[in-house]
Amino acid sequence: MEFFKKYPKTFQWLFLLVVFFSLCFAIEVPETYKFIRGQAEFVKDPNQSSYVFLGKEVRYYAFDVFWRLPPLLGWLPIWINDSLFFLMNEWMPIEVWNEDTQEYKSRPLVLQISRNITAFMTFLIQLIREVLLGGLETIVAFTSWDWIDKNPWAELPGLPWTIVAAGAALLSYKLSGKGLALFAGLTMVYISIFGQWKPSMQTLSFILVAAPLSFIFGLGLGIAAFKSKRVEKALYPILLVMQTMPQYAVLVPALVLFGVGDHAAVIITMVVAVPPMILLTILGLRAVPPEVIEAGRMSGCNNFQLMFKVLIPTARRDILIGVNQVIMVCFSMAVISAFIGAKGLGFNLLLALNQLNIGLALEAGLCISLIAILLDKMSLAWANKQEDYFGNLTFFERNKNLLFFAATVVIGLILAYIGTFLFKDTFNYLFEIPHNKGISTADFWNKGVDWIFETFFVYIKAFNTWLIKEVLQPMRALYLRMPAIATIVLVVGAGYLIGGIRSALVVCGLTLFIALSPWWDRALVTTYMATFGVIVSCTIGFTVGTLCFQNKHSANFMLGVCDIFQTFPSFVYLIPVMMLFGITDTSVLIAVIVYATIPATRYTIEGLRSVPAGLHDAATMSGVNKFQRLTKIEFPLAFPHMMLGINQTIVFALFMVIIGAFIGTEDLGQYILKALSDKKGAGIGLTLGICVAFIALIFDNLIRAYVQKRKKHLGID
Amino acid sequence: MSGPVIKCENVYKIFGANAEKMLKDSNGNVDAKTFQENGCIVGVNNASFEVAKGEMLVVMGLSGSGKSTLLRCISRLTDATGGKIFIEGQDLLQLNNKDLIDLRRNKMGMVFQSFALLPHKTVVENIAFPLQIKGVKTEDSIGKAMDMVKLVGLDGRENYFPRELSGGQQQRVGIARSLAVEPDIWFLDEPFSALDPLIRKEMQDEFLRLQEKLQKTIMFITHDFDEALKLADRIAIMKDGIIEQLDTPANIVLNPATEYVRKFTEEVPREKVLLIEDIMDKTKDNLGDLKVSKDEIIENVAEKILTQEKSVAVIDNDNNIIGSINPAKIINTVFGGRKNNI
Repeated sequence: MEFFKKYPKTFQWLFLLVVFFSLCFAIEVPETYKFIRGQAEFVKDPNQSSYVFLGKEVRYYAFDVFWRLPPLLGWLPIWINDSLFFLMNEWMPIEVWNEDTQEYKSRPLVLQISRNITAFMTFLIQLIREVLLGGLETIVAFTSWDWIDKNPWAELPGLPWTIVAAGAALLSYKLSGKGLALFAGLTMVYISIFGQWKPSMQTLSFILVAAPLSFIFGLGLGIAAFKSKRVEKALYPILLVMQTMPQYAVLVPALVLFGVGDHAAVIITMVVAVPPMILLTILGLRAVPPEVIEAGRMSGCNNFQLMFKVLIPTARRDILIGVNQVIMVCFSMAVISAFIGAKGLGFNLLLALNQLNIGLALEAGLCISLIAILLDKMSLAWANKQEDYFGNLTFFERNKNLLFFAATVVIGLILAYIGTFLFKDTFNYLFEIPHNKGISTADFWNKGVDWIFETFFVYIKAFNTWLIKEVLQPMRALYLRMPAIATIVLVVGAGYLIGGIRSALVVCGLTLFIALSPWWDRALVTTYMATFGVIVSCTIGFTVGTLCFQNKHSANFMLGVCDIFQTFPSFVYLIPVMMLFGITDTSVLIAVIVYATIPATRYTIEGLRSVPAGLHDAATMSGVNKFQRLTKIEFPLAFPHMMLGINQTIVFALFMVIIGAFIGTEDLGQYILKALSDKKGAGIGLTLGICVAFIALIFDNLIRAYVQKRKKHLGID
Repeated sequence: MSGPVIKCENVYKIFGANAEKMLKDSNGNVDAKTFQENGCIVGVNNASFEVAKGEMLVVMGLSGSGKSTLLRCISRLTDATGGKIFIEGQDLLQLNNKDLIDLRRNKMGMVFQSFALLPHKTVVENIAFPLQIKGVKTEDSIGKAMDMVKLVGLDGRENYFPRELSGGQQQRVGIARSLAVEPDIWFLDEPFSALDPLIRKEMQDEFLRLQEKLQKTIMFITHDFDEALKLADRIAIMKDGIIEQLDTPANIVLNPATEYVRKFTEEVPREKVLLIEDIMDKTKDNLGDLKVSKDEIIENVAEKILTQEKSVAVIDNDNNIIGSINPAKIINTVFGGRKNNI
């Protein structure tokens, strides 16, 4: 008893666990219960119960309420769907002038708006695409097909790849220096030689439209939120959910609103990329010292001048880091939005994966990763670049980069012209190397994969079987065995013990939403996969991070590795695991583990680094050895930061679990993927997405509450 | 222009949700404790004073005494909760936004403790900033800014960025920027507090040199009593938002109004603060040959006076003898008991 008096928290936790387990044992598994697979839910079954809410009929398998709550929110997806349909097809018809038939036509407002946005986006993408690759649709948009027939010279020829490559190298040189310039040049040459030019430029044009638009919207909303508390309060929950929502899920409503194609992809990318931009804008503006703002005011700035001449330039670095984030999101969306018809590398990657052509997938994946790394480094270099003073330089010195670029344009054009003579009978390799005419290594990789499979098949298979049978299946069964009430009690109890009544209420709300949706079982499967991934990732991440931290160089090296891995679009991770493990749960889980280990490692190193140097010296002078210092000083102090790493790990793991649906899982992600091809999928996709986001937010809430408490306790912050 | 440049009448600044209502209810009798119990924090409590043209008023107080808040009320970076503030007879709190911006663009300059330079602009661009905001042409503003660069002695560094300068140099830029629009009123918020002692002394001397030349109306905030004594025409000592005493340095040292003020004055070397006028006798008998001006600081003439046997004559600006001082008095002032001598 003494023990419990001394540690009241321990007692409370034990009590919670006892309640949880007794609930688990007290509530029997209903005899009729089985994990419903695939299509079964959509089949009308006499055993199903149903209820009607707001005129929508919801059918479900009823169990004892303690075992599974009835899907009282089952009407929500149907209702979202119907509302969307109503908005698109019936609400507020307006008269629209039709060019072709020369008469007014009635069309719903939202549909018209969506058409206009679509036209605008398509035009932007087309414009950039044609500058890079050539074409005539932009010219046609300004004139007419008849005009272009008469004036065939007006067709945009596209830039020779030499010019784009040289331009990229020059820009990199200006931003960062020789190293990056070399990398940029090599990347471009590689892309060209390996015949990926066209899809790469398609992807690039998509990013060149999506990123600036996301930047403008993010900056604008960020400024609005900075200026008005009310806007911030309204935005905050949306931002929170958007940050944790799997990107698949937003695809579905976009599909309904904007149809299929590059424009829809750009819009959906903006939806995903704007939230981090908003957050970083707010963060940056907040970090501007109050005295600088006062200095601006005392200089007589009006509000506009204060924002654009004082606040934004001072917050420049944070805002540019936001740009970097936007670009990274754009790349991961470049692949995912291929599901709704974005052209380019992502589309090729998906196609190759679908055909199990690992070699082709690897080539496309490598290209997209290289471009991602390049743009990542370039935008970071831009953010960290200190401006130099140019006032007292000569015209040549000031504009030498522009002049150089002009020179390369001329040289590139001449080369392309020479190319027309050199390669008379074949393609002009100095202008553009067509897809599939470059060097391809796909066969080599495919053979390699075959070889690995043949050689190691036995071992891989054995490992696979063991993992699934001995670890994954039992773990999944355990998760599914939990009665809903017991789970809720456990989560809410944890919320109360960690963060008090407020935390408990928030967590309770989030959990109830999932429990009352029709997908509680699926959510449990998602959670089980994520949990497995997180546990393994954290073990690896903490170990690797701690080991690397022992030496300054290895720590820096590891952080660099993390940086590069984080730049890869998440879909790329699926390539090597499919290569090794084929289409199994193991593949998904290994991708999850690799992907989620990044934040675990990074935060461990950063956390250990954040321990003040003074404490190190103090510890050393008290005569601790290295191990004692680690366990007694560094771990306890770094722990709050490492917990934030776990938070990130969970979000990363969930993302990857959902993306893993592409390989074939039985969780929420699979349903989202299915909703993509479902005519009435929008509501389902959105609700499923919110469910995933809520899983992440439950953990987020608990961890944040804990970290805050701990930090206060330790007096750091 | 006649009349005070800055005039404050019963200025209050109270932070908190229902500050205005509480102030109204209290009828000007603000008790910090009861306010705090109701969730309001008193920043400035009933401040009334005037600053004449060309005068330097130093507001001295420890951190949290409300001195910076007072300054921000007068520059209207925050709005005062109650009371009236007049700048050259204009009611500051009645100004609309446009007039306020005009006032700042033409009449006010301010220097900040943390320098508050714009990191993306060079020295000369930082100094030209208020001019460019005003709409002055780039060439003219840069030309004017270059004059300012010379004034504060940063020639040759005009194209440096703030990050490339030392603290002292950065504050010179801050000073130059605040002077660029040639304001009549100059606010300085602990301008030298972030500098190390040697640089601080150098900057103080530099500041006095500038003020001699420019003759601005100044409100200077500091937490350093020695700095206040060195620079001020008059000093206002603040505590918990209340101005405890507002007087000339000599009077504050000689006649501290409250126990709190007296504690500050205890350690002050009097000979460095007091003038001959402050300690002279009115008697004019039995004088020696030496004459000293009434405006001399004791320290500067002490040695001369101590070598005399007779009393020394004290003269005013017109060379009339207005009193006398004897060596014993000097000794008493410098070494005597500090409680109630003189």
